[in-house]
Amino acid sequence: MTNTLTNALTDNTIAASFRLAYPGDKADGFSLDVDVTVPGNGITAIFGHSGSGKTTFLRCVAGLETADSGELTVKGDIWQSASHCKPTHKRPLGYVFQESSLFPHLTAKANLDYAIKRSGVPFSQDLYERVLSVMAIAPVLPRYPAQLSGGERQRVAIARALLIQPKLLLMDEPLASLDSARKQEILPYLERLRASFDIPIFYVSHSMDEVAHLADHILVLEQGKLVAQGNLTEVLSRIDLPLKFGEETGVIITGEVAERDNQWHLVRIAFDGGELWVRDGGDALKQSVRVRVLARDVSLALASHDDTSIVNRLAVEVVEISQDQDEAMALVRLKCGAEYFIARLTQKSVHQLQLEPGKHAWAQIKSVAVVR
Amino acid sequence: MIFTEADMGAIYLTLRLATTVTLLLLLIGTPIAWWLARTKSWWKGPVGAIVALPLVLPPTVLGFYLLLAMGPNGVIGQFTQSLGLGTLPFTFWGLVIGSIFYSMPFVVQPIQNAIEAIGERPLEAAATLRAGPWDTFFTVVLPLAKPGFITAAILGFAHTVGEFGVVLMIGGNIPGETRVVSVQIYDHVEALEYAQAHALAAGMVVFSFIVLLGLYGFQRKQASLGMKYGG
Repeated sequence: MTNTLTNALTDNTIAASFRLAYPGDKADGFSLDVDVTVPGNGITAIFGHSGSGKTTFLRCVAGLETADSGELTVKGDIWQSASHCKPTHKRPLGYVFQESSLFPHLTAKANLDYAIKRSGVPFSQDLYERVLSVMAIAPVLPRYPAQLSGGERQRVAIARALLIQPKLLLMDEPLASLDSARKQEILPYLERLRASFDIPIFYVSHSMDEVAHLADHILVLEQGKLVAQGNLTEVLSRIDLPLKFGEETGVIITGEVAERDNQWHLVRIAFDGGELWVRDGGDALKQSVRVRVLARDVSLALASHDDTSIVNRLAVEVVEISQDQDEAMALVRLKCGAEYFIARLTQKSVHQLQLEPGKHAWAQIKSVAVVR
Repeated sequence: MIFTEADMGAIYLTLRLATTVTLLLLLIGTPIAWWLARTKSWWKGPVGAIVALPLVLPPTVLGFYLLLAMGPNGVIGQFTQSLGLGTLPFTFWGLVIGSIFYSMPFVVQPIQNAIEAIGERPLEAAATLRAGPWDTFFTVVLPLAKPGFITAAILGFAHTVGEFGVVLMIGGNIPGETRVVSVQIYDHVEALEYAQAHALAAGMVVFSFIVLLGLYGFQRKQASLGMKYGG
């Protein structure tokens, strides 16, 4: 356990260490070498580009893939040790696959019953009704999977994974097989899932948008190695990672709805160090919200300008400057109170404004999205 | 009545043999098909080839070696003698064993194809839903591969009904014990009883045609249901 997010290994953590290699299976082979401890609550995003090993990692956790050497302890239960490896069907987990994994010969209802019968936990009518209502699948229960839309199928699959009453829910890009309209349709269900059920979730994704909406923690994998891990806000505000997020580079700020401007349909979100005006999404006053600010939407000026269309201007201090993937671009990390922003600027602008750590500037934020 | 008593005996024996062989083959062939469908072992090729051998070998070759093996000095013969069962050639159970080898590929291959068509995903999904291997077999594999099993049973049965060479080699021509329909037809022809031979031969043609018609109709129905099937 070299990497620990928490101070000590307590009962409420998930510790995983996997090493496996497929020598020469593909052109250059693939290996996974990850050793990590994550909190046993909330959603942990396992993020990486394709081929980074994120799905393999998840399959190792499920026991669907057997690592050459591996150890896995989930909230005090040993699922895998050097000497023993529990088979998948003996691990109290739920798994949502990328594409539909519903049994085609059973109706949606019978698919759910399949899980209920085998959960090993007494059936709870209350849980059943909650799952049906959160996933909104009651009307489609009599149908066969072939008669369901892609989105409905994934919702039934998620419900099935919940009804097994898992100690850990594993989701392998559950939205990847859906088109973007369907993704937007399912995301709210996942948010409700997160809010309604107290189950730790490992969520594999290559979409920073999904991660920004859902995750509390993040593991970033690249070529089978862990390159960053920790609290989502913290990891996303770093610009020193070897893995670049490209156009998706951006930070997450958590704040509270402080004021509603009914005339202009805006709400003011106050955070530790400043405030942001965003479009009114109907969130109640005092409600905690999460907003995402993309680096490409942040520009810098050395003086405050009032004669601009940009609503959000924040006094910031330059903390760090690093090269982006594209050699014309730089990433500038900015501190505003307790929060950080990242600006994606041309190297030329960095030079002309003579930006350097410690310098004060005004960040102009063109767009802010409320993600939760 | 177009069939003589001897003909009826042969028909009854043939049906009894085919039923016994089909049931045994479903029991023996399923694990073999399962293994062939799922293994990544080097042995998959050789084992698959051995199972398929009766497709290309003359039945006399198969019958000849089975005759030797089941004879008093053969491996199977020594074993059955040690159990006090005597030797198997020229007995009903000798025919059953011969037919099992002879019809094996017709049962194993449809089941193997059906299991391969299911793929990994439903099995993995079942494992994540706490279904153990047997549970998964009966609740997921069997229902999904059902058309393959039905095809296998029909082909295994029909092929056993139609065998001749192996029967002649290891069964001979004992009424009520090893004289099946195909041998009975041969006897009629030898004895120049063409009318009798016609009755049985035409019966076989009609039987086989109906069986295959039913099989293809069943497969077309499965295909239109969008279910995967083997065979």
